[in-house]
Amino acid sequence: MKAPPFQYHRPHTREELGALLASLDNAKILAGGQSLMPMLNLRVLAPDHLIDINRVPELAGIRETVDGIEIGAMTRQADILASPIIQARLPLLARALEHVGHIQTRSRGTIGGSCCHLDPSAEQPAICAALDAEFVATGPNGRRVIPAADWFQGLLQSALEDQEFLEALRFKPWAKGHGYGFAEYARRHGDFAISGAAALLEVDGRGQITRTALLVFGVEPAPRRLYDAEAALVGQIIREIALAPIIDAARALDPMEDVHVTADYRRHLAGILIGRALREACSSLERSQ
Amino acid sequence: MSARYFGAAVARVEDPRLLAGRGRYVDDAVLPGMLHAAFVRASMAHGRIRNIDASDAKGMPGVVAIYTMADFAGIAQGAMPPMAPHPLLPTPITYHPLAVEEVCHVGEAIAIVLADDRATAEDAAAAVLLDIEELPAVADAVLAWKAGAPRVHSKRPSNIAASLKAGFSDCDAVFAKADHVLTERFDIHRGGCHSMECRGVVASVDPHSGVLTLSTSSQSPYMVRRHLATYLGRDESEIRVMTPDVGGGFGPKANVYPEEFAVALAAIKTGRPVKWIEDRQEHFVATTQQRGQVWTLDVAFDNDGRMRAIRGHCIHDNGAYAPYGLILPATALASFPGPYALEALDLTIDVVLTNLVPTSPVRGACRPNAAFLLERLADRIARHLGIDRQQVRRRSFVRADQMPYSTGMKARDGSPISYDSGDYIAALDLVLDKIGAAGFEARRAAAADRGKLLGLGIASCVEDTGLGPFEGASVRVTPAGKVVVSTGASSQGQGHRTAFAQIAADALGVELNDVMVETADTSRFPLGMSTIASRIAVTAGSSVELAAQKVRAKAIAFASHKLEVGEQDLELEGGAVRVKGVPGMNVSLSEIARTLAGNVGISLPGGMEPDLAATAYFNSTALTFAYGANACEVEIDPETGDVRVVRYVVVHDCGKLINPLIVDGQIRGGVVHGIGNALFERMIYDEAGQPLTTTYADYFLPLASEMPPIEIHHVETPSPRNPIGVKGAGEGGTIPAAACVISAVENALGSNAPFIHLHPISPQQVVKWLERTASAAKA
Repeated sequence: MKAPPFQYHRPHTREELGALLASLDNAKILAGGQSLMPMLNLRVLAPDHLIDINRVPELAGIRETVDGIEIGAMTRQADILASPIIQARLPLLARALEHVGHIQTRSRGTIGGSCCHLDPSAEQPAICAALDAEFVATGPNGRRVIPAADWFQGLLQSALEDQEFLEALRFKPWAKGHGYGFAEYARRHGDFAISGAAALLEVDGRGQITRTALLVFGVEPAPRRLYDAEAALVGQIIREIALAPIIDAARALDPMEDVHVTADYRRHLAGILIGRALREACSSLERSQ
Repeated sequence: MSARYFGAAVARVEDPRLLAGRGRYVDDAVLPGMLHAAFVRASMAHGRIRNIDASDAKGMPGVVAIYTMADFAGIAQGAMPPMAPHPLLPTPITYHPLAVEEVCHVGEAIAIVLADDRATAEDAAAAVLLDIEELPAVADAVLAWKAGAPRVHSKRPSNIAASLKAGFSDCDAVFAKADHVLTERFDIHRGGCHSMECRGVVASVDPHSGVLTLSTSSQSPYMVRRHLATYLGRDESEIRVMTPDVGGGFGPKANVYPEEFAVALAAIKTGRPVKWIEDRQEHFVATTQQRGQVWTLDVAFDNDGRMRAIRGHCIHDNGAYAPYGLILPATALASFPGPYALEALDLTIDVVLTNLVPTSPVRGACRPNAAFLLERLADRIARHLGIDRQQVRRRSFVRADQMPYSTGMKARDGSPISYDSGDYIAALDLVLDKIGAAGFEARRAAAADRGKLLGLGIASCVEDTGLGPFEGASVRVTPAGKVVVSTGASSQGQGHRTAFAQIAADALGVELNDVMVETADTSRFPLGMSTIASRIAVTAGSSVELAAQKVRAKAIAFASHKLEVGEQDLELEGGAVRVKGVPGMNVSLSEIARTLAGNVGISLPGGMEPDLAATAYFNSTALTFAYGANACEVEIDPETGDVRVVRYVVVHDCGKLINPLIVDGQIRGGVVHGIGNALFERMIYDEAGQPLTTTYADYFLPLASEMPPIEIHHVETPSPRNPIGVKGAGEGGTIPAAACVISAVENALGSNAPFIHLHPISPQQVVKWLERTASAAKA
């Protein structure tokens, strides 16, 4: 379990990073290393070059902007979880991060690393999809902003081009006091979830749902928004939500199978978990009102 | 002398070093000119080796040599000697250090690569071109057992390596008279075994003496020496085997492995030190695994729940080789009838080869299997009769007034098995009391209000411990007055140094930190066996006591001579022999040791033998039987099928406790091991014998976050079979734990749910069982 040979590079600025990416073939970016290092040691990957971006300080940090919140790609999960800004304005992200690995791994792991690796069970990209985050990518032709809907290109496949790197994630927080809920099931705490779900809610003064996001992840190769169910939910009264069609929507997906888990069980869980996430979102809404 | 240390919860003397990262493990060894080894391993479960082409790999920078078995022709050849020869296994099924002609499981070592560093060695190993003709493989013991199955070894005519039998009395006669007979089939999963430190070995040839020296992460350094000596045709004095700090063993490290031999051969061949450290990937495919068995059992019982007789058959998944002979299946049989006073027993085990990693004893060996079977049958009887589970036990257990109790079974040497002491029903009563069984239904109802299913499980066991014949010890007082205890028993983190020091310190009236304990260096102590089978406290612990008492007697004789005081008036305290009640009249151990170490031209006083030292080998002629009763509560989420053990209570009797802290640690770790077996650990292979769960993302070791609080209550019934009254404690936590958890799960699912005949169980199975139960209720 030793990595195959590679050449190691350590840029200190975005410009150095961009120049390395532009000049090197078969290069891989090393962020927090929580997925990449095991993959290297298992020799699943054999890049010729490893570009370590842990010393590019401008890639890390949480900023409030006029439009919302920007999180640098190299921001550690532990820092996001501890951030009062995130807790106040993106509580769903903080809620989900509790399930990401363990204290030790969260101290290294980065949100950008997880969003570029795109494990189907990963919580952070899933929450990005639920929050319609924007992915800020930088490449030889400058900067471009990729909406969440376009970021997910398939199993372990993001929209990032070869010579691009992910610079930051932009979020538009939902209204103050919005409802949020998260549920996942893993055999052991910190494991990749077998399935998970997230729900966001905004209501008007009469308790009528004005806006919602419903998402399941770990079921298909990429997180899946339940857009039809969301549309049907808007306009319902929070205390009288018709849950059955939402559960049906979660169970209408085409789940993956693995050595431990059948598609049927994932389908079953997806229904249970979206229900739990939605109920949690409703009760968080009640608590905040 | 009062027991100041024996029985006290003394903090482990090992821990300051180990917890601060100052442990010295095999991988910490750095020798001048040392090469690093990596193995080329089989990627298919069965194949005939046609050609191994290492020419490109040998040319890679940093690569020093690549050897196959043929390259060692001038040193040694052939298959490794069997560790435990058995008359039913006339042709041993052992590995070659490196595969010759045929590979029989994924991971079998084919060639050894030596390079300047491990990464280079791995690069070169990947560049060795193997031409292997794939042969049919069989990965399932039941399939392998059937006539016409592919052969696991092409040269062995049958996959059934041996058939073992055990039993007593006329089983059919008891069945004919019993009120009820039930038949059940059980499927116990194989599982792996994962010590924190993987295996590893450093071999070198001492340039001065020519002694082949191995530092190895092993439970059996003396077995490594013995078998390596046999294999190499050397005298044992020409081989030194040491075990430095070892990060856990749990059974697999008791085997002598092909890698240990291959690394030694490579060191001899190159004349340079060679280090090989097993990585976790290798561990999944090259270190022995646990205990897959499929049983069909009939049980005969009476209307009142009394279990009377068991008969049946087992298909035992042996894996591809039997380095440890038939020890594991034999242990499965020897574990019957557990705490049950059966009238008759008739069991057969077919030991079946498969194209998988071999199985060998892992914490409990197959005792957890026997406990699972017996406890499941007891629960099954209770269900059938509609009576409380504990009633079956009360009416079937060996009673305290029957001790010593001859079970009807025979030991390995043919002597009758006899339980020495204990009260199994009292232990059950105690554990039911401690878990609050009387209030359980109220807790179940409260959980139901939260939408959860609560279940109560119970399981008991008897554990044979202290397997003979011996581990020896020597105790020596140095001229500085320090006590050095030396033994052949190797330690893998159990706290041997602390426990032995406690025994010696009490016997010699010194402080704990005056005692140094040396373990497991074949050059320091002449003989040793293995740290297995919960035997070290009984065997080595007793030897330390006997040796220390001899030293004590000698010190008293010396002091009696010197002080002209009768021996009965002397005591050992504060590092000196003192005259009772006369402060100031004493001789220090240091002075005695210095005098007995001799001065040129001066005779020793009283014609005494030199050296304040003694060696003892306590001869453990009869097993001593620890026992336990466990109870636990599980909470099931009926929607996800998640099973969480929320409480776990152990009542355990391992005789006198040398150190309760250490025993608690053993039991707690053992319970976690069993919970892992019941709920988490699943080593999955596909039909072709490819392992599919070879990382910790896929192989679920239990984590602290999933473990319940584990409450331990000790009962101390001293063993009459050794001088310190102890019984072994290394496996008692594991043995009943899986049975206990499964009992609780079944209890939580309700009386209409299916009988659970296997482990580990999974959440999706639980969901299915609940669905089936619900639809049956509707119908």
